[in-house]
Amino acid sequence: MTKSQETQYESSGAPIRISGISKTYKELTVLDSVDLDIRGGEFLTLLGASGSGKSTLLNILAGFVKPSGGTIEVDGVDVSRLPPHKRGLGMVFQHYALFPHMSVAENVAYPLKRLGVPKAEIIRRVGEALDMVDLGRMANRKPTEISGGQQQRVALARAIVFRPRVLLMDEPLGALDKMLREQLQLEIRKLHKDIGITFVFVTHDQDEALTMSDRIALLKDGQIVQLGTPEELYNAPSCRYAAEFVGVSNIFQGSIKNSAFIDGQHAREFKLPLGHAKEGTGLMIRPEHMRVSPAGQITNTIHDQIGATVEDCIYLGSSRTVQARTDAGALLIARTEVPRSPDGIHAGAQIQMHWEAADARVLA
Amino acid sequence: MNRILARTALILLAAIIGLYLLLPVLVVVPMSLSSSSFLTFPPKELSLRWYQQLLDDPSWGRSAFASLKVALLSATVSVILGTLAALALVRGRFPFRNAVTAVLLAPLIVPYVIVGLAVYIAFLNLGLTETTLGFVLVHTCLGVPYVMINVSTGLVSVDRRLEMASMNLGAGPVSTFFRITLPLILPSVLAGALFAFITSWDEVVTAIFLSGPDMTTMPVKMWSGIRVQVDPAVAAVSSLSLLVIISTFLLMGAVKMIRKMIDRRASLTMNEGI
Amino acid sequence: MSVAAGTRAALRQPAPPSFASKIKNFLRIDGWGALVLPLLVFLILVFILPLFVMLQKSFTDPTFGWQNYTAIFAQSVYVKVLGNTFLTAAIVTAVTLLLAFPYAYLMTLATPKWRTVMLVLVLVPFWTSILVRSFALVLLLRDTGVLNSLAQDAGLIAEPVTIIRTMSGVVIGMVQVALPFAVLPIYATMRTIDRRLLQAAEGLGDRPSGAFLRIFVPLSLPGVAAAILLTFVQALGYYITPALLGGPKNTMIGELIVQQVSTVLRFGFAAALATMLLVTTFLLIGLASKYFDLQKHLMGQS
Repeated sequence: MTKSQETQYESSGAPIRISGISKTYKELTVLDSVDLDIRGGEFLTLLGASGSGKSTLLNILAGFVKPSGGTIEVDGVDVSRLPPHKRGLGMVFQHYALFPHMSVAENVAYPLKRLGVPKAEIIRRVGEALDMVDLGRMANRKPTEISGGQQQRVALARAIVFRPRVLLMDEPLGALDKMLREQLQLEIRKLHKDIGITFVFVTHDQDEALTMSDRIALLKDGQIVQLGTPEELYNAPSCRYAAEFVGVSNIFQGSIKNSAFIDGQHAREFKLPLGHAKEGTGLMIRPEHMRVSPAGQITNTIHDQIGATVEDCIYLGSSRTVQARTDAGALLIARTEVPRSPDGIHAGAQIQMHWEAADARVLA
Repeated sequence: MNRILARTALILLAAIIGLYLLLPVLVVVPMSLSSSSFLTFPPKELSLRWYQQLLDDPSWGRSAFASLKVALLSATVSVILGTLAALALVRGRFPFRNAVTAVLLAPLIVPYVIVGLAVYIAFLNLGLTETTLGFVLVHTCLGVPYVMINVSTGLVSVDRRLEMASMNLGAGPVSTFFRITLPLILPSVLAGALFAFITSWDEVVTAIFLSGPDMTTMPVKMWSGIRVQVDPAVAAVSSLSLLVIISTFLLMGAVKMIRKMIDRRASLTMNEGI
Repeated sequence: MSVAAGTRAALRQPAPPSFASKIKNFLRIDGWGALVLPLLVFLILVFILPLFVMLQKSFTDPTFGWQNYTAIFAQSVYVKVLGNTFLTAAIVTAVTLLLAFPYAYLMTLATPKWRTVMLVLVLVPFWTSILVRSFALVLLLRDTGVLNSLAQDAGLIAEPVTIIRTMSGVVIGMVQVALPFAVLPIYATMRTIDRRLLQAAEGLGDRPSGAFLRIFVPLSLPGVAAAILLTFVQALGYYITPALLGGPKNTMIGELIVQQVSTVLRFGFAAALATMLLVTTFLLIGLASKYFDLQKHLMGQS
C-alpha cells in the first residue's frame, strides 16, 4: 500500500442506524424489530445460523428486500425508500456474482461507468483497484478463467472501486476451502484498515466472525441476542445460545441461591465468580478453563470439581481434548496443553474435572 | 412504478401471444359444428352434418386408416433405432463422432420440401411411392431424431452408479440394461415414441409427394380439401385430429398420475411395515 | 465393459504410439458405439442417398449440364421467388424474435404454475399439425372470416381488411408456426442466467433497465442466436403456410418446387431449386456452428 493510494481512500466510513426493522413473509417472521447502530468505519459482523435473518438484514440494507417496517439511515440520511442503485453501497455477493460475459477489468469498471466517470480515470482507478487485490495481471481474463480465490478478490475490487462509504459482504468466503478462507480473512481485515470505510459482514462461521470483526451482532430467530466485541461474546456470553454458538462450552443447568449455583442435574453446589448476576439458569466453563486430574489424586481444594469417566482423548498437536461423561450423563469437554496433560487420562479412566470459580460464567 | 408498468405491458403482450398460439388450434372445433357450408363463426346453427359426411365418404376412413398404420409402424421403428443410437451417443465410442451426429440430426434441419422431392425421385424407380413401406421409411427419418434427443436427455440423467451397483450385485450387462437402465429411461422413450407418432400422423409435405390414388394419408386428403376450395369437412377432421392428440396427452397424464399413486401406496405400505 | 477397457488402457505405460496404432485407436468402436450403426445405415440409405440422387438429377435431367441452374436465373419470375423467399424468411425471423424474446423473459419471471401454462401454450402448436393451424388461420383471417366479421360487427372497420393472399397473411401464419422453435432455445438460455447478477449490477449503481440491457440481454444472446438461425433456416423451406395464406405474389421456393414437379413435371429444375435451398441451409448452419454449439441447442430442445 503506497501513500498515494492511502490518500485516495481517506473518505471515512458512514455510520448506519437500523431502527425497528422487521420483515415478515405471510406468517413467518424473519426479522423482529431489529435495532442496531453501526459506527462509521467499524467492521461489524452479523453472525447467526441459517434462518437467523442475517442475510435478510443485509439485503434490506442493500435495498434488495423491502422491510415490512422500520427505517435505515446511512450517514444520517433515511435510505429506506431508495432503490439499490441509488444507495451507493458497495456489496460483495455470495458466490461473487461476477458478470460472466465481461473481463475482470470490465467487471471492475462497471460501477464507474454507471457513475459517468471519464474514461481515462476509469482505466486508472480499475488498475489501482486490481493492484490493490494483487490481480493486475488478470485484467483481461474472463471470470471463468480464474480461480475461486481470485474471483473473490475481483468481487472485492469491484465493490470498492467506486469508493463507497459502506461495504456489505454476504458470506463472501463461504465457497472457498479452509486455507484460502483464512488467508482471505486476513486480507479483508487489512483492506478494512487501509481504506477505513464501514464493513458489514455476514457469516455463519463463528471463527471467521471472531477473527475479523470489531464488533459482532449475534442473531437468532430474527433478533439480535448479543452485540459486542469478539472478546465480550466469547468471555461473557449473554445467554445459553450465545455461549453455545460462539466457541465450545460446558454448561451446568440450574439456578442461583444464596450466592451459589445449584446444579439440579448433579445435585451439586458450585461457587460463583465475583460480581456475578443475581439471576441465571446456567453456569458455563470454557474447555480451556476446565482441568482434569486422575480420580483420587489430590487437586486444588479451592477449585470446584466433579467426577467423570473419560470417553475419548483426542490428540490435536498443540493441545489435547478430553471428553468425559458425569455419572448423571452430562458430557464435559476439557482442553489441556499437551505437556501438562497428566498420566492416567485415557478412555475409561475415572477422573476429576475442576475449575476456578473466576473462570465460570453465569448465563441468563 | 416503472417496473410495474413494464411488467403489466409484458403480461399483456404474453397474453396476446398466448391467444395467437391457441386460437387457431381451437377455432376449428366450433366451426366444424356449423350447419352452413361456408364455415361461419360463431355457427348460426349447430349440427353434426360434416361429421356425418366423413362417415358417408369411405375415402376419409381409408386415409385415416392409412395414416394410423404408417404412424404406428414408423413410431415403432423410430423408437428402436432412436433408442439404440441414443445409447451409442451417450455411452459409446465410435469414430467420426461429429459427422455421425450431424447425419443423425440432419432430418431436423433439411426442409421437408427437399426431403419430399428427394425421396420422391429416388422412390419412383423403386416403386415405393404410394406404398406403406415408402411412407414408413420417410416418416421414420423425420421422427427418429426426436426419439434420439429425448432418450439421450433421459440417459444423461441416469446415475451410472446404479448400474455399477447392479453389476456389483451380480447382474450381467444385458440384465442390468433391461432391469435398471431401461426402466429408468422408459418415460423418455415413451415421450420420444409420442413425438415420432405425432410427427408421422401430422406429416403433410413429404406425404404430398408420396401420395397418389393408391395411397393417400389423411393430412394429404385434408390438404386437397383445403387447397381447391374450403371444404367444411376438413374442420371436422381437424377437430377429430385435435381430439386424438388431446386424449393422448390426457392419457399420458393419467398414466403418470396413476404411477405416482402406486408409488405413494407402495411407500405407505413400506412405512407401515416398519 | 468399456470401463474395464479404459482402465486397462490407462494402466499400460504409453509407449510412443505408431501411426498405425493411432489410426486403429481413432477408428475404435466399442459395444455401445456399435448401436449407432443401424440408424446410421438406415439414414444413409433412406435420407442421404436420395439427396444425392436429387443432386445428380439436377445436373442430368433432361440433359447433362448446368442448364437447370442457369434457367433459374434466366427468368425474372424465378429470381423474384428467390428474393421473396429470403425477404419473407427475414421478416418472419424478425417478428418471431420480437415476440419470442419478451415471452421467454416473462416465462423466467413467472411462478412455476404460470410458467407451465406458458410452456404448454407454446407447445400446443408444436403438437398440432401445421395444416390444421394454417387452415384455421384462413378461417380466422379471410375477408368473411371470424376476425373481420367480429370487427365489422363491433363497428371498428367498415370494409373487411384483406389479410389472406398478402405478405401479412404469410407472416402471421409462419410466425405462429415458428414461435415455439424460437421461444424454447431463448428460454433455455435465459433460465440459466443467474438473477443475482442483476442484483449485483443494481448494487453497483445501475438502474434496473440498465442492468437488464447490460447484463441480462448479452447473457441471453447464445439462445437468441440459435433462435434466429433455426427460425430463418426453417422459414426458407416453408411450403404449406405460404401456399395457403399467400397469394401468387408471395410464392416461396418450396411452393415453386412442388409446382414444378406436380404440374409441369420438370424434375431436374425442381431438383436444382431444392439443391440451392439445401446448400444455402447447410452454409448458414455451417457458418453459425463456428460461433456456437448448434447441436447443443437442437439436443436441448426437448
